[in-house]
Amino acid sequence: MYRYDEFDERFVRERVAQFTDQVARRLDGSLTEDEFKPLRLKNGVYLQLHAYMLRIAVPYGTLNSRQLRQLALIGEKYDRGYGHFTTRQNLQFNWPKLRDVPEILGLLADVEMHCIQTSGNCIRNVTADHFAGVAQDEIEDPRPTAELIRQWSSAHPEFSYLPRKFKIAVTGAEADRAVIKAHDIGLRLRRHPDTHETCYEISVGGGLGRTPMIGKVVRDYLPKKDLLAYLEAIMRVYNLEGRRDNKYKARVKILVHEIGAEEFTRRVEAEFAQLDGPSINADPEEVARIAAYFAPPRYEALPAVSNTLEAAKASNPAFARWVEVNTVPHKVPGYTALTISLKPIGQAPGDATSEQMRRVADLAERYSFDELRVTHAQNLVLPHVRQRDLFAIWQQLGEAGLASANIGLVTDIISCPGLDYCALATARSIPIAQAIQSRFADEARQREIGPLGIKISGCINACGHHHVGHIGILGLEKRGIESYQITLGGDATENAAIGEILGPGLAAEEVPDAIERIVSVYLAARSEGESFIDNVRRIGLSPFKAAFQETTRAAA
Amino acid sequence: MAAAAKRVPLPAILLANDLLDGDVVFAFVDGAGPLAWTRDPALALVAADDAAADRLEAFAAAELRGNKVVDAYLVDVAIESGSPVPRHFRERFKTLGPSNRPDLGKQAGEGIVAAPKG
Repeated sequence: MYRYDEFDERFVRERVAQFTDQVARRLDGSLTEDEFKPLRLKNGVYLQLHAYMLRIAVPYGTLNSRQLRQLALIGEKYDRGYGHFTTRQNLQFNWPKLRDVPEILGLLADVEMHCIQTSGNCIRNVTADHFAGVAQDEIEDPRPTAELIRQWSSAHPEFSYLPRKFKIAVTGAEADRAVIKAHDIGLRLRRHPDTHETCYEISVGGGLGRTPMIGKVVRDYLPKKDLLAYLEAIMRVYNLEGRRDNKYKARVKILVHEIGAEEFTRRVEAEFAQLDGPSINADPEEVARIAAYFAPPRYEALPAVSNTLEAAKASNPAFARWVEVNTVPHKVPGYTALTISLKPIGQAPGDATSEQMRRVADLAERYSFDELRVTHAQNLVLPHVRQRDLFAIWQQLGEAGLASANIGLVTDIISCPGLDYCALATARSIPIAQAIQSRFADEARQREIGPLGIKISGCINACGHHHVGHIGILGLEKRGIESYQITLGGDATENAAIGEILGPGLAAEEVPDAIERIVSVYLAARSEGESFIDNVRRIGLSPFKAAFQETTRAAA
Repeated sequence: MAAAAKRVPLPAILLANDLLDGDVVFAFVDGAGPLAWTRDPALALVAADDAAADRLEAFAAAELRGNKVVDAYLVDVAIESGSPVPRHFRERFKTLGPSNRPDLGKQAGEGIVAAPKG
């Protein structure tokens, strides 16, 4: 894991001091709310419905146990004993008091964390594949790239007042688990077919929200050494030409869409050609210094299959099912990457109590080289677990209510906080997720249905990624009540797609029935081994629309 | 709150977030005293006519200027069992707390029983 050097440390401490002073000036009246708002947003402080909210950056979703314990402490001491992991791999506290925020920032700085650039019109926290460094399909660990971009983009003088927020995601694997095509910039590490050199494929102009777009590839193979100069060229074209007159048209996706990917690429390449690459690109020594922090841990030499694990599975079917659903193969024999579900039936997706955070921190320290990850799907990962330790981990997770075997299944729902917390929301999300979870609570039925991603947003801003859900649910207000629009066929992976609307909006209580009907169409129509999304692609939307209309007719 | 904005239908109450701690607060009068803030929505002063609404708006403007609260605005209400209840579901949630956590927020009595703010 990356460790702060003296510059990082000083930068974060200075920011704490600066924001402490800004809060003091707000409280003594020297700063008006209009003056203070952009300053607090730059430091992750929002005003929500019931209270302030503090968004803490978890760079590329990587945490150590000390950091998670500190988050648990902050949750207990300054909040209500829980936090919410977000679709950008961050953590939000829902109830902090403004007067306490400076102290919280100090506690975060103690463990090399901060809230810088988790809001505002700047380059936000860089996200990455949550299986970085361990996935079998990985070409190169994306975290050194993500860390380099974090350092480059932190308080970058030219890109601190962009037309709008800007999100970058990185993957180094074949399968896209970082939703890179729905980001302003998506980076994929890949090998050049001729030179076999590792390069970046660069996509620009993806995004969800009001105008969902899939990113367009602007460079197929960028040499790694040119990364920062090329990013700078993209940011310059956007910064100069992005719309500042209309916030709904200010994202880079609108610029790419309006002038076309070809013209956008031409402008970026022209800017790139003019830039003095060597003065912008990172010093290779610095790149190597960063990369060294992400060297693999000292794995033991283990047999590929653990007899201990196999015996435990054979004698405990519930454990065997959990292993089957929640673990993925690791690049090192005898190890596995374990996803801990934060989606127990009936809980708010992504919420974890301070007690649960401490339990996971203890497990990470003991069993996973002190490392854990936050996923964009609002779960946690122990990335380096010996297969033989899985049973002990499962038992300890069970005691903390964290042993749900539902990763990637119908109850592993992504959900934004919605109108239960968020000031921007137009409808609630969490109760919809809870109702669907209850409907599909039976574990055998979930496994029978197989991989199915439901994603719920409580407003058009799409923090719940509904556009790229296999089934997407968007909460809106319609004639004074909450109404839910259902989309189908979205995909957040390397086959990225935006879902299509099935029909008119539904009342909240009708949503579980509608999901049930959609699932029934799939179960009746699927061929052997065909997943939900593959089935939707093969048979098209019509049969699902027909079933959906029965829901709306039944409700009428 | 822009002075020129169209006023919500009456009756209405004035709500805001406390600057220091973010809690939702409501304008009220304690006896014959001046307008002040309370955390208890049941105590909110209900403005039934334009004169009363003007008074709430003037109070909001002064309190925003005085850095006591943020995001102050009038909310139209119905009177249910003698208490004002916002007509819109969004504002109703503001008077209650997160619907998935009945143990938190005003619905759990937070800040209401112990410490009405004067």
